[in-house]
Amino acid sequence: MNNTLTIAHIKKSYYTKKGEIKAIDDINLEIKKGEIVAIVGSSGCGKSSLLGILAGIEKCHEGSFYFQNRKPVIGYMLQNDALFPWLSVYENAILGLKIQKKDTMENIAYVKKLFKTYNLDEFMNKYPHELSGGMKQRVALIRTLAIKPDILLLDEPFSALDYQSRLAISCDVFKIIKQEKITTILVSHDIAEAVSLANRVVVLSKRPCKIKKIYEINLNNDNPILNRNEKDFNLYYQQIWKDLDVNVG
Amino acid sequence: MSDNQKLFLKKIRLEQIIIKIVQVGIVILILGLWEYLTLKKVLNPFIFSSPSRIIKTIISLAYSGSLFEHIFTTLYEIIIAFSLGIGLGFIIAIILYECLILAKIVDPFLTMLNSLPKVALGPIIIIWAGANIKAIIIMALLINLIVSLLTIYNGFLGTDETKIKLLKSFGASKKQILKYLIIPGSKRTIISSLKLNISMTLIGVIMGEFLVSKKGIGYLIIYGTQIFNLNIVMAGIVILIILSFILYEIVKFIEKKFL
Ligand SMILES: Nc1ncnc2c1ncn2[C@@H]1O[C@H](COP(=O)(O)OP(=O)(O)OP(=O)(O)O)[C@@H](O)[C@H]1O
Ligand SMILES: [Mg+2]
Repeated sequence: MNNTLTIAHIKKSYYTKKGEIKAIDDINLEIKKGEIVAIVGSSGCGKSSLLGILAGIEKCHEGSFYFQNRKPVIGYMLQNDALFPWLSVYENAILGLKIQKKDTMENIAYVKKLFKTYNLDEFMNKYPHELSGGMKQRVALIRTLAIKPDILLLDEPFSALDYQSRLAISCDVFKIIKQEKITTILVSHDIAEAVSLANRVVVLSKRPCKIKKIYEINLNNDNPILNRNEKDFNLYYQQIWKDLDVNVG
Repeated sequence: MSDNQKLFLKKIRLEQIIIKIVQVGIVILILGLWEYLTLKKVLNPFIFSSPSRIIKTIISLAYSGSLFEHIFTTLYEIIIAFSLGIGLGFIIAIILYECLILAKIVDPFLTMLNSLPKVALGPIIIIWAGANIKAIIIMALLINLIVSLLTIYNGFLGTDETKIKLLKSFGASKKQILKYLIIPGSKRTIISSLKLNISMTLIGVIMGEFLVSKKGIGYLIIYGTQIFNLNIVMAGIVILIILSFILYEIVKFIEKKFL
């Protein structure tokens, strides 16, 4: 069985009254099971569009993607936790299961186990507004994991958080991904975050985006926070920074 | 509690008491002046009525039993028109939300209807629906329906895009998105539109009663005018003020409870 996610010749345009906006120009990528791939690129280059296509939200006119010769189960996390304020934390967490009509005893037990793992089980019957930003994002993560995704798509999922919670939750996510061997694509505008978490960093060109460069990240640690102290960390950081060609000032 | 906090609370409480006293004072002053000036015939009581006459009229109307009939008729019309306005507004909003093309098609008509002074349609409604309670409810519906429809519809449109994306990524169908997100998410807008809706309904019902009716507070006011009995007119207005106040407070209570 083929365990890789294959993205082949994906192109994407938006058609508006003012004309066609080419967002993605031929993206090809193979991602092994359990691998974390970070995508960086300048603002508006088409990163979210790519994830949108993989998540089945955006139509794509050309190209395809496949995983084990079937449509993968997708877990999608966005910048905003998107918790429903009228549902309790627990009801939020099983939302995906309900929609996919998979709210079986077994899956619900799994969700409850996840709550325990994150020390959130006393908050299950609370409402989202009673939780801190970091906790909410953790609930969003549980909601995503509940459907047991083959592929995790993270679109700047931590960027609304303060630095502390951001480090903490990215560390959590890292551990889970590694433990459950979930194939992950992470979009980030934070190069340090990308380098510290990912096995590979894909640098995209400006819109319409193409793959400009791919970096294999070889840092020794299994902990993203410690990764930041590695000797090579800064080398990757500076190289990617140059590739992004950011005009400062 | 620190001393400064205590001082602060005391100041606030004092302020609230002063406001209440002044408010009650204004009402008493106006009523007293009104009573005095009509008593001294500075104001003609035949045209201006007076607080004591209004109270006497209300009491005698209550004794004859017709007072409650008028109140209940109006209340009945208000409740029907109010719930129909919200119910229909809700259903039409869902249809428009699900069918964007339809929404675009009816948009200019809705705007036209919204800006039209609905009283102008009164005579036609009477001819079509007959001079009965149906005409009054249609009149009120014309006024409150478009407002609640537009509020609810705009509430739907304001749904957080990220949440829609999330549900779509779960593979949710259109129906599921409605059930799990759009409808529960619009609860806030619906409840906060109730206040506007109740005042619109009141306008519509009283206007309808002015045009056609044999019962109701609007009828009472018109009847008083026709026989030139200003006591009855004023009594009708006073009852209406009290009724609107109570309805408004009920809506405010609902708002507080559910928001
Ligand atoms: N629905 C849409 N209709 C028209 N144009 C769109 C639409 N969505 C995105 N675009 C355009 O496509 C381009 C790529 O957008 P996308 O959101 O994928 O960029 P991004 O890399 O995620 O940007 P950011 O870093 O700001 O999140 C942008 O120029 C954007 O304006
Ligand atoms: Mg984006």
